[in-house]
Amino acid sequence: MAVTYRIAAVGDWESVMGFRALGLDTYPVADAAEAREKVRELAKADCAVIYLTEQLAKEMEDVLSRYKDELRPAIILIPGREGSLGIGRDNIQRAIERAVGADIL
Amino acid sequence: MPNITVSPTRMELTRLKGKLRTAQRGHKLLKDKRDELMKQFLDTVREVRALRAEVEEELMTVHGAFTVASALMSSEALEQALVYPKQSVELTMTFQNIMSVNVPVYDFQTQTRSESDIYPYGFAATSGELDTAVDALGKVFRKMLKLAEIEKSAQLMAEEIEKTRRRVNALEYVMIPNTQEAIRYINMKLDENDRATTIRLMKVKDMILKESLEEKRAETAKAVKAFSSGEKTPSEV
Repeated sequence: MAVTYRIAAVGDWESVMGFRALGLDTYPVADAAEAREKVRELAKADCAVIYLTEQLAKEMEDVLSRYKDELRPAIILIPGREGSLGIGRDNIQRAIERAVGADIL
Repeated sequence: MPNITVSPTRMELTRLKGKLRTAQRGHKLLKDKRDELMKQFLDTVREVRALRAEVEEELMTVHGAFTVASALMSSEALEQALVYPKQSVELTMTFQNIMSVNVPVYDFQTQTRSESDIYPYGFAATSGELDTAVDALGKVFRKMLKLAEIEKSAQLMAEEIEKTRRRVNALEYVMIPNTQEAIRYINMKLDENDRATTIRLMKVKDMILKESLEEKRAETAKAVKAFSSGEKTPSEV
């Protein structure tokens, strides 16, 4: 399968501007509502990986769980400029709980 | 008794036995699948945790570097410097099959004119700190992509494990015991029918015997009576 996909970064301007230099598609957004729209749009389009700042992610849990079990896109949380909120780590923990039925690690 | 509506026939019994065999085989297979998936999953999760910690830490350093850079430059200049990227990244996605779970494998190509020249701006108007920040981010990015790959795999595997676990439990605690119970019920019912038939036959035999016995008795009685009333008849012969 030689289809090419794009990689996107969604977050506040300061957090995502660096990714622009690497050639990623950056989408600076102001608030969670805007981010929600953007993520939906990107998921429908040819976007395989979306990096989303945790600051926004904490307010759009519904969108995250919507795409959790889909093959594409992979929404990966990254710490924004204000620092890590630990949501990314919590998500791993939750995946374990889901699979095992108990917190084992 | 969970499933009382089962009809106690031999055909149903054969059907249920087949069903039980299939269920038991499916149960064993699914259990194996679950165990293997769990093993893979835990390996992946350990990797994800380590990599995520690493990436988060490095990203914070990068953010710090960008903060320094933006402190030294006006935000307009910074935006201008980064607004037109020199390289573009394209991602090809292939799939790897881990125990019937399709997980993505990413492979990215950067299109750039030369490896050393990734900065999308001239050096005259920008600060050196920006170069450092962009450079550091470029290094983190590979790890971020790897993180995306394994974190997504972990999520997808978690879903599959949950499904398989439910199936295993449903088979183990509902389907198999119910079928066994139904088979036992049919067996008992059939045995009961057998016994009922035997008893009925014995009863019928008894009745017939009694009837013929009474007939015989009546005949004998008649003969005796005839004998005793006409005592002289035999002597007449």
